[in-house]
Amino acid sequence: MFDQHYFVIKDDYANAGKVSTNIKTLLKQLGVDSNILRRIAVACYEAEINMIIHSYGGEIILTILDEGYVNLMFHDHGPGIEDIEKAMTPGYSTASKSAREFGFGAGMGLPNIKRMSDTFDLTTSTSGTRLKIGFKI
Amino acid sequence: MKIQEIASSVKGTILVCQDENADVEVAFASDLMSDALALIQKNHEKTILITGLCNSQSIRTAVMLDIKTILIVRNKQFNEEEIRLANESGLNVICTALTMFEACGKLYSLGLKNV
Repeated sequence: MFDQHYFVIKDDYANAGKVSTNIKTLLKQLGVDSNILRRIAVACYEAEINMIIHSYGGEIILTILDEGYVNLMFHDHGPGIEDIEKAMTPGYSTASKSAREFGFGAGMGLPNIKRMSDTFDLTTSTSGTRLKIGFKI
Repeated sequence: MKIQEIASSVKGTILVCQDENADVEVAFASDLMSDALALIQKNHEKTILITGLCNSQSIRTAVMLDIKTILIVRNKQFNEEEIRLANESGLNVICTALTMFEACGKLYSLGLKNV
């Protein structure tokens, strides 16, 4: 097993996507199939952007399991998702104007992350949101 | 289509060229990267991303999707840092003064397909 921790800062638009780029580069070096790698990269990028736009910041943990799985955990420090059902609805967005100016806030993030991943587990409270997604590689 | 043909057809300039032999067959146009991430599902390396979003996120989105070529419309310009990132990422970037509608019309008439 291998794991790596990355930190994400609230409203840090200048560095948005850096963690996902690093994770994609690392997994490519490890020889992950390009179609699976693209799914991992897209889901990771969407979730990283969500943390920057919506949360107070947090941590991304990449875990590569010996059994051939890649897991990504996104753990932020709040304020939580008010209505998960709405957040999972394509087109629903609470993104700010600045997020939209950055090209995000179409309301496609969480549904797209779920579609890209093999396993998807989302829990939320006012103290933080945990999103765990997994990929068979 | 090769990127030189695309640049000529939209009266554009090639700002970054890391793969002049990249072959473009399909196109997707949007200023919202979330839509690009959700809707581009095949032929990634043969896709051109047409956008007016001129910041690092159009570059990052292309990288995540394995897209090789970006067409920036409405005469917007990447800054030096963004040009460096596009070069490092192995992308081609073309810039045009045409609007997105005009650029899409030109490329559609020349045979590029929808994603």
